[in-house]
Amino acid sequence: MSKIYVISEKCFGCGLCVKSCPFSAITLTVRPDKKLKLAVIDEMKCNFCGACLDACKKYQAIIIEKDDISVKTVDKSLYKNVWVYAEQRHSEISPVVFELLGKGRELADKLKVKLCAVLMGNKIESRAKELIEHNADKVYVFDDEMLNEFQDDPYSELLSQLIGEEKPEIILMGATNIGRSFASRVAAKIHTGLTADCTGLDIEPETRNLMQTRPAFGGNIMATILTKNHRPQMATVRHKVFKKAEKNPNKKGEIIKKTFDGAKIKNRTKFLQFVADVSQKVNLAEADIIVSGGRGLGKPEGFLLIEEFAKAIGGAVGASRATVDAGWIAYSHQVGQTGRTVAPKLYVACGISGQIQHLVGMQSSDIIVAINKDPECPMMKIATYAIEGDLYQIIPEIVKELNK
Amino acid sequence: MNIIVLIKQVPATTDVKIDEKTGTLKREGVEAQVNPFDLYAVEEAIRLKEKYTGKVIVLTMGPPQAEKALRECLAMGCDEAVLVSDREFAGSDTWATAYTLAQSIRKIENYDIILCGKQAIDGDTAQVGPGVAEMLDVPHIAYVKKIEKIEDGKITVERMMEDGYDLIESPTPCLLTVVKEINNPRLPSLRGMMFSKKAEIKHFTAKTIEADKTKIGIAGSPTNVMKVFCPPARTGGERIAGEPPEQATKLIIKLKEAKII
Repeated sequence: MSKIYVISEKCFGCGLCVKSCPFSAITLTVRPDKKLKLAVIDEMKCNFCGACLDACKKYQAIIIEKDDISVKTVDKSLYKNVWVYAEQRHSEISPVVFELLGKGRELADKLKVKLCAVLMGNKIESRAKELIEHNADKVYVFDDEMLNEFQDDPYSELLSQLIGEEKPEIILMGATNIGRSFASRVAAKIHTGLTADCTGLDIEPETRNLMQTRPAFGGNIMATILTKNHRPQMATVRHKVFKKAEKNPNKKGEIIKKTFDGAKIKNRTKFLQFVADVSQKVNLAEADIIVSGGRGLGKPEGFLLIEEFAKAIGGAVGASRATVDAGWIAYSHQVGQTGRTVAPKLYVACGISGQIQHLVGMQSSDIIVAINKDPECPMMKIATYAIEGDLYQIIPEIVKELNK
Repeated sequence: MNIIVLIKQVPATTDVKIDEKTGTLKREGVEAQVNPFDLYAVEEAIRLKEKYTGKVIVLTMGPPQAEKALRECLAMGCDEAVLVSDREFAGSDTWATAYTLAQSIRKIENYDIILCGKQAIDGDTAQVGPGVAEMLDVPHIAYVKKIEKIEDGKITVERMMEDGYDLIESPTPCLLTVVKEINNPRLPSLRGMMFSKKAEIKHFTAKTIEADKTKIGIAGSPTNVMKVFCPPARTGGERIAGEPPEQATKLIIKLKEAKII
């Protein structure tokens, strides 16, 4: 078991470590025979992240002894190239893939390796060109009837096999329903690290490690995560986090067709049918402009005004959890921790006070406009433009301006 | 039908606050709760038991105080509870957690279905459920919004996707992660609460589950936290004052300047 302890002779109770600990595991406590309060670490809360070691560099009073368990390590020099999993749904390549190809190019250039894409589906080969035009140097294509619809078993088995053969050092995947489900399975199968929902990806030059930064605890803190001893380093990224790769019709690349023996591939689940959701007219995650309503609307009919606003400005309708729970609007509109995370160019929060659970779902929007009676509410404090007043008076005026 | 539900105890996030002075998360005295998404899994398990008979075993990995979360699930209607707890598990990432849970499940009697919430609200990774399925070598279906039927060792479910849903059939045993749309979790009944108070909770340690030490805790985790920091707080911008028509005009000018409209 790993251990962490404070050398009481070296600790002066300065409290720097207390401030550094993201898990509030350190307190200053009176020790017997000592005049000062010294650092005490609560083992139950400690996650051995090492933040306190950095804080205590000057005194070196905190020590972490990590277990000397000889964990299987791979020969990292065998692994190279950056891969992007080119997710497709009904033969359309998911938009997040082009964003991953943008970021992937940057990482591959830093590492001086190739950027490759993996495309899986049925009658999908013609799509490989699009990937090359968007930065890919090489595209591996699995084109087979078995892959007509996404199912975790065959997809994860084929990708794992290809990883075993080709040994990429990094794999980026979209944090979509497909990506999250299947990346987890692949990482479990090949025993490597997977970091979900990265918002920052960079290379540590000395080690070639991928520095994966992601929000933790609902976005209150950020953590940078490394997969030091395992390869490939796998990460998922949500749509709209990175910039899309630019199209270059002259870009050259290699297409490598992969074949497999279907009888040898595990395929336990059976796809029966796809039922499209027609009720969801606007995909919130895709929208560039979102107009959201909250409890401040005061009544369910308030959403008619929000809809009118959204229509006039060309945006989608969002909602706070309170309004969804009250039954004023469908859950598919909910923005926030238990709803959707969005990052549009413009987010208009009408009568939303801005509880932390809502904020974490929209605070990376480019511009936030808040319309609220309460000038002191959290949403008004973080808004790019805060408009104090009655939304029933202000919104019609805005709509009037927009329709001019 | 035997069902295992995997749950996680998480901080009740409404109360999580950042200490403005130190920039740390104040988890001191914060109430703990069952991860909200896991309640849908618990409810679905109880409904399946009511329909097909059998029992529901709720399992969690966590510190000793996670026992409270297990008791809440017993009060809702689960029959047995297992707490997998050991200091050796500290610092586990999703891979090591999935391994620990899979090893624990192997120590439990036969099961037909494993249910989990789609993700935990503190980590937000959604990785543990599918990971457990892979390590147990059973199929999984993530984001299940409805169980249509179970017959002849096969289960048919609706898998929620961004553009609608897929109807998928899987043999059992299998693992499902469920979304909010699947049901409305019940409140504990008085009888359930009485039962949960007295119920005995099984404790598993690293030794009980015969864990491979190279696969648990911080040493067994492929990912490690390199550093943690507070994101630069979003600072407020401009206040647009005036009467509504004036406010509207000013806003439109701003949005035009930003090339939004």
